[in-house]
Amino acid sequence: MNVIEIKNLTKIYNSSEVQVKAVNGISIDFKEGEFTAVVGPSGSGKTTFLNMLGGLDRPTSGDVIIGGVNIWQLSSRKLIDFRKNNIGFVFQSYNLIPVLTAGENVEFIMQLQGKPRKERDIRTKELLEAVGIGERIKARPSKLSGGQQQRVAVARALASKPEFILADEPTANLDSTSTTSLLELMSQMNKKYNTTFIFATHDQRVMDKARRIVTIEDGKILSDEYFDRD
Amino acid sequence: MQIFTEDYHENKTINNTFIYTDSLKQIIDNEPTITQYTSRLEYFSLASSENLTKGSVIIGIDPEGENKVTELKKWVSEGNYLNKDDDGLLVAIDLANYLNVGVGDSIVLYGQGFHGVMAAGIYPVRGILKFPSPELNKQFIYMPLKSCQRLFSADNRLTSIVLMIEDNYQLSRAMRHMKGKIKSPFMVRSWEELQPELVQMIDGDKAGGLFMKTLLYIIITFGILGTILMMVSERKRELGVMIAIGMQRFTLSKILLAETFFIGLIGAVSGLIVSFPLVYYYHLNPYPLTGDAAKTMIDMGIEPFMYFSIQPDIFYVQAFVVLIITMAIAIYPVIKSFTLKLTTALRG
Repeated sequence: MNVIEIKNLTKIYNSSEVQVKAVNGISIDFKEGEFTAVVGPSGSGKTTFLNMLGGLDRPTSGDVIIGGVNIWQLSSRKLIDFRKNNIGFVFQSYNLIPVLTAGENVEFIMQLQGKPRKERDIRTKELLEAVGIGERIKARPSKLSGGQQQRVAVARALASKPEFILADEPTANLDSTSTTSLLELMSQMNKKYNTTFIFATHDQRVMDKARRIVTIEDGKILSDEYFDRD
Repeated sequence: MQIFTEDYHENKTINNTFIYTDSLKQIIDNEPTITQYTSRLEYFSLASSENLTKGSVIIGIDPEGENKVTELKKWVSEGNYLNKDDDGLLVAIDLANYLNVGVGDSIVLYGQGFHGVMAAGIYPVRGILKFPSPELNKQFIYMPLKSCQRLFSADNRLTSIVLMIEDNYQLSRAMRHMKGKIKSPFMVRSWEELQPELVQMIDGDKAGGLFMKTLLYIIITFGILGTILMMVSERKRELGVMIAIGMQRFTLSKILLAETFFIGLIGAVSGLIVSFPLVYYYHLNPYPLTGDAAKTMIDMGIEPFMYFSIQPDIFYVQAFVVLIITMAIAIYPVIKSFTLKLTTALRG
C-alpha cells in the first residue's frame, strides 16, 4: 500500500538572474514500512525533496499525496495539523527544544495532539526506554551527548505515531558508534511500529542499512533500487 | 492660596487691611479642600539697634497657625520659636548680623502705622531665622500677630489670610470654590497667580523633566526591543521546530505574546522593587544641589534641594508605560511567528 505518492514534484529557486531547479519533476511512491535512503551528492536536491515531502517547503509545482491527501492543497493551518498527526522529523542537528527535558521534548508533540496526561507519560517513558535512554528522561538536551540527543529526536518523531518519519542527514553529526547504534535503533523501530522511514543521506552506513536506495542528482532521480537486508 | 482685599492687591499698604469677619471665617471653615489656614499682618518698618538701621519686612503671624502652614519653626537656627502671647521677634540671620543683634538683644521698630499714626516699639529678639534664600535672610522679621497689630495701631486687622490645601492637585477645584464664595471687597489668589515667575520656573523644570523622561523611554524602548529581537533571533530554530512538529502559528504567537508580557511585567516590578528604597531614601533626605543649579534656586528664593516624591501614581504610571512599550514591541515576535520560514529557521 502506498503511503506517499509524489507526482512531478518541482522546486525552482530564483536567484538574481539564474533559475535553479533544485528538484526537477520527481515522481515516486513510498510504501508503508519502507526503510529508504535518498542519496546523492551535496546540492543534488535531497533536503529540498525531503522538505517538500514533509510539508516544510512549498514546491513550485507537483503534488505530494499522503494517505490520499494532497498536502500542498491544504491550508497552512491544516497542513500544520497534518504534519503533527502524520509526519515525524529527525533533523541533522537534532533540533530538540533546549529548555525542555528529554521527556518533555518527546511529550510535547503528544500535548499538541491533545493526548491525556497519563497516556503521554506512559508513551514518553516507553519510547525513551525503547531508544535506550529511559534513565535520562529528566535531562535537558545540553546534558546529553549528540547520539543521545538524536535518540531523543527519534523518540520524539515516533511519539505522534506518524505514518512516516523523514530524517535529514540524521547521522551527519554522530561518531561511528552512535551512528551504528542509531541506525540499529531506527531499523528496530521500523520493524516494531511498521513506520516508514525516509532518510536523506550520503552516509554509506545508512545506505548499507536501507532496503531501498533512491539516488538523486541535479534534482532528478538517477536510480531507484531495492535491497534485501534480512 | 491667599485672601486679601482688592485694594491691597493694587496697593500694598496697611491702610488696605481688613478685619477678619465671622462670615469670612465661615466660608473658609466650610471649604473641604482647605486643611490649614493662618492670618497675617504684613508691612514695612525701619529696624534699629544702637546706631544701625535697616528697612525690613515685618510680618505679624499666629505662631502656631503659621508653623502649620509654612513650617516656619524649622528655620529657627538660634533661640526659640514664638508663642502666641509673646512680645518678641524672630529676625532673619543676615538682617540680625547687619544690626549686630543676637538672641536676647532688642530691636527698635519704627515706621508708619494704620491711617498714618506713628508705629514704634522696642522688642526683644527671641530667635534667629536662617532661610535657604538670601533674599529672605536680608529683610524679614516675624512677630506675633497681636503684637504686630498693636505696633501698627491696626487692632484686629489683617493684610491676608493664607490658606493651605491638602495637595496641589486640588488647587484648581479649591480656587473655583473659593472664587465663587469670596465676594468684593475681598479676593482670593492662588500661589500660581501670586508668583508667576515661580510657575514659569516650574514649567521650565517640567519641560526638562519631560525631555528626560522621553529620553529614558526611548532608551527603555530600545533596551526592550534589543532583548526581544535577541530572544526571537536566538530561538528561531526552536520556534521553527515547534511549528514543524505541529504547533499552530497562532498558538505560538500567543505564547510569545505572553512571554513578552511577563518579561515586561517582571522588568517593571523589579524596577519598582529596586527603585523604591532609593526614592524613599531621597524622599526622606532630599538631594542637596550644588554649584550653579543651587545658586539659581537660591536666587529664586527656593531651597537648593532636589525633592523626591513617593506618590504611588508616579510609580505605577512608569510601570504601566513600560508595560505598554513592551506590548507594543511584542508585535514583532507575533509577526515573526506568522512569517517564519521553516526551512531557514530549522537551519538555525
